[in-house]
Amino acid sequence: MLTTMVPLQIPLDAGPLQIVWFFLIALLWTGFFFLEGFDFGVAMLYPVLGRDPRQRRVMINTIGPVWDGNEVWLLTAGGAMFAAFPGWYSTLFSALYLPLFLVLVGLIARGVSFEYRAKMPDDRWRNTFDTCASAGSFIVTLVLGIGFANLVRGLPVAPDTSAAFGAPNLFTGGFWSLFNPFGLLGGVLLVLLFCTHGAVFLALKTYGDVRERAMTVLRTLGPITVAVLAVFVLAACSVHGAGENPYLGTPAAVVMWAGGLGSVLALTAAVLAQRAERNGRAFFFTGVSIVTFFVMVFTKLYGTLGFVSEDPTNPITMVNASSSPHTLRLMTIFAVCIVPVVLGYQIWSYWVFRKRISSRELPEHENEPNEVPATDWT
Amino acid sequence: MDAEVLSRWQFGITTVYHFLFVPITIGITWLIAGMQTAWMRTRDDQWLRLVKFFAKLMLINFAAGVVTGIVQEFQFGMNWSEYSRFVGDIFGAPLALEALIAFFMESTFIGLWIFGWNRLPRALHLACIYLVALGSTASAAFILSANCWMQNPVGAVYNEAAGRAELSSFTDVLTNPFFLATFPHQIGASLMVAGALLLGVSGWWLAAKRREALADAGGQADVDTWRKSARLGAWVLLFAGAATLVSGDLQAQVETQYQPMKLAASEGLIEAEEGAPFSIVAIITTEGEGAETTYHKVLSIEVPYVLSVLAQHDPNATVQGIQDLRQQYLDEGYRDNDGEVNQLQEAFAAELRDMPVDPVPNVMVSFYSFRLMIALGCLAIGIGAVMLWLTRAGRVPGGGRLYTAVMVCLPFLPLFANSFGWIFTEMGRQPWIVYGVLPTAAGVSPGNSALDVLLTMVLYTLIYAAVAVVVLKLFIRTIREGLPELVAPAASDTDRPMSFAY
Repeated sequence: MLTTMVPLQIPLDAGPLQIVWFFLIALLWTGFFFLEGFDFGVAMLYPVLGRDPRQRRVMINTIGPVWDGNEVWLLTAGGAMFAAFPGWYSTLFSALYLPLFLVLVGLIARGVSFEYRAKMPDDRWRNTFDTCASAGSFIVTLVLGIGFANLVRGLPVAPDTSAAFGAPNLFTGGFWSLFNPFGLLGGVLLVLLFCTHGAVFLALKTYGDVRERAMTVLRTLGPITVAVLAVFVLAACSVHGAGENPYLGTPAAVVMWAGGLGSVLALTAAVLAQRAERNGRAFFFTGVSIVTFFVMVFTKLYGTLGFVSEDPTNPITMVNASSSPHTLRLMTIFAVCIVPVVLGYQIWSYWVFRKRISSRELPEHENEPNEVPATDWT
Repeated sequence: MDAEVLSRWQFGITTVYHFLFVPITIGITWLIAGMQTAWMRTRDDQWLRLVKFFAKLMLINFAAGVVTGIVQEFQFGMNWSEYSRFVGDIFGAPLALEALIAFFMESTFIGLWIFGWNRLPRALHLACIYLVALGSTASAAFILSANCWMQNPVGAVYNEAAGRAELSSFTDVLTNPFFLATFPHQIGASLMVAGALLLGVSGWWLAAKRREALADAGGQADVDTWRKSARLGAWVLLFAGAATLVSGDLQAQVETQYQPMKLAASEGLIEAEEGAPFSIVAIITTEGEGAETTYHKVLSIEVPYVLSVLAQHDPNATVQGIQDLRQQYLDEGYRDNDGEVNQLQEAFAAELRDMPVDPVPNVMVSFYSFRLMIALGCLAIGIGAVMLWLTRAGRVPGGGRLYTAVMVCLPFLPLFANSFGWIFTEMGRQPWIVYGVLPTAAGVSPGNSALDVLLTMVLYTLIYAAVAVVVLKLFIRTIREGLPELVAPAASDTDRPMSFAY
C-alpha cells in the first residue's frame, strides 16, 4: 500500500481565509461530534444501561444541562458553511435532501423527549419519550456516519442546466447510492463510536449502578468499536485515500494515515484506561479518537469538499464555492472575537455541573413536585 | 404541483409553525428575568412562585422552538439551494453569527439557569436568565437583518462572473431601513404575546381563586400573587402594543418606499390615487390570463384619505396602485416609489429579462392577513386596557363565562397577529425571494423531485401536529396545576436533589 506516495496533481490556489474557514468548519463539526457524540451515545444506550427508569433518569441528567449547547455546534457548523462556502452548503444540503430530513426528524424527536419526558406522571408517557430519544439519537448518528463516509468516498456532481439560473454543480447519485458498503460501514462505526464515547462519559459522570453497568458494557463494546474503527480507517486511507483527491499531496496522505491510525490507537488507549477504571483518562482518549478521526475525514475533503465532478473543467472546489474575501474577512473578525468567549462560558458550564451524580441526587418524584422552597435570605 | 410550489408550502408550514413558539420565548424570558429581579429586590417569595410557574411554560415552549428552529437553518440549503448559492455571501453571515453569538448564549445559559438554582450564587443565576433573554433577542436581530435584506437588498453588488450577489457593506445590511423598523416591531409584538400570556393565565386564575378566597382566607395570598402578574402582563401588553403600533407605522413608510407593490396589494388599491382611502373590507378579482390580467374591485368599504396618511403621513399623497405598478414593472423592471433601484437590482436587471415574472402577489391574502394582524393586535391591547381597569386599586374581576373565554383566547390574539403579520410580509414579497432581484422560482433546488418535497412536507406536518398536541397538553396541565406551593427551605447540604432535574 504505497498510497503515502501521492503526487499533488492540481494546484488549488486557495486563499488564506478560505483555508482558515475550511479549518474552522472542520473544527465546528469535530467539536459537535466530540460534544454531542456523548449525548447521542447516552441516549442510544437507554435500552442497554437504563432498563430501570431511575437509571435512565440518572443518564439523562448527566447531559441535561449541556446537550442543547452541544447541539448548537451543529447549527454553527451549518451556518458557517452557508456563510463561508455557500456553494458547498447549497450543493451538499440539496444533495442530501432525504438524509438531512431524517437528521432533522431525529433531532426533533430527541430534543422534545429530553424536555417533555418528566412533565407528566405517567409511565407510558415517559417511556414513549425515552424510546423517541434513543431512536432519534440513533437515526441522526447513523445518517451522519453514512453521510460523512460518502463525503470521504466522494459525492458525484455534474453541472445542472435545469436550474433557473446558472448551471450549478448538483448531486447526480440519488438517495439509494448513499447506501454503499463503505457508507454503511461509516454509519455503523459512528453509532458504535458514540455509544462507546457515551458509555465512557457515563462512567465518568455517575457513580453507583449506572457506572457499574456502563463499565460492564464497555468491556465488550470497546473492543468491537476498535475493530470496526480499524477496518474503516484502513478502507478510508487505502481505498479512498488521499490519492483520489487531486488537490492533495504526500503530506496530506501522511496526515490522513496519522489521523486514522491515531484514532484507532487513542480508542485502544481508552479501552485500556477504562479497564483500569481510569474514567477521566478513558474519556480523554475517546475524545482524542473522535478528533483524530475527523482530522482524517476533513483532510480528505480538503479542496474538493467531498465532491467528484463529472465535468473536470468545471469542478466545485473550496475556491469557487467560497464567499467573497470581504465576507470571509468580516466573518473571521467576528469569529476571532467571539469564539473564545463562547468556549469560555461553555467550559464554565461544564465546570458548574462537574460532579458525579447517581439516583441519590434526583428528586424523589419522577415529575417535578409542584412546590418551591421558600428562600432563606440570611 | 411542482417542487417550487410544494417547497413554498413546506417553508410556509414549517416557518409559521416555528414562529408560534418564537415570540413567546423572546417575550417571556424578559418577563421572567424581570420577575426574578423583583423577587431579589423585594425578597417576596410570591415573585419566586410566579417565576417558577412561568418558567415551566417557558421551557415547554422553548424546547418546541429549538427543535423546529433547526429545520429552518437546514431548509435554505435543502429546498432553496439556488437561492442559497445566490445570496450566501450576504445572507449566510447573519445566520452563522446568529448561531455563534445568540444560540450558544441562549442554550448554554438556559441549561445553567434550569439546573443552577441551588448551585450558582443568586446574582449569577439571575444573570443567566438575562443572558438567555439577550440571546433570544440577539437571535431575532440577526435573522431579521437577513430577512430584511431579502425585502430590500442593500449593501450588495452583483458579481457577474460568479453569478451571485456579494456583500459590499455589512453596515448597510445592519442599517437597512427595513430592519430598523422591523426589529422594534417584532420585539414589541413578541412582548405583546408574552404580556397577553401572563395576563390571560393570571386573569383566568384570578377569577378562579377569588371564589376560593371568598370561602377561605387562605386563598388570599394566591389572589394577590396572580393579581401582580395579571397587572404586569397588562402593562407589558399596553406598552409593547404602543411600541408595536409606532414601529408598524414606520414599517408602512419603509414599505411604501421600497415595496410599493406590496402596499398596493395589501390595500387592494387598483389604480394610483391621490388622497387614497383605506378599505376595511374588499373583494378583488382578476380577469384575463398572463400579461393581459386586469384587477377589479368588486366590493369595498372605505374610509377616505386614511391610506395616504398611513403610507406617507400626508392625506393628499398619491399612492400607487396594482395596475400602474404592474405596467411599470413590465415596461422598465422593478422601481421603488421614487423610481429608483439599488445597485444589485440594477445590475441583475439584465438577467431578469430571461425570467418572465408577474410582479403581483396574491392580493386577497395580502389584504386580509394585513387586516387580521392589525385587528387581532388591537383587540389584545383593548383587552389589556380593560383588565387594568378591572384590577384597579386592589379590585379582582368577578369572572363569568365571557370573562373566562376572553382570558383563554387572549394569548392567541397577539400570537396569531404575529403569524398573520409574517404571512403578509412574506406572501406580499412574492414573486420575489430577493425583492426586485431574484424571483422565488429561480431559488428552488432543481435536484429535488416534487415527490420528495411532498413526502417530507407531509411528514413534517404530521410530526409537528404530534408536537403541537404534546405542547398543548403540557401547557394546559401546567396552567391547571397553578402556582407551586411554598415549602420550608431544605437544610443546606450538598446532597440535596438537583433542581429541575429532567
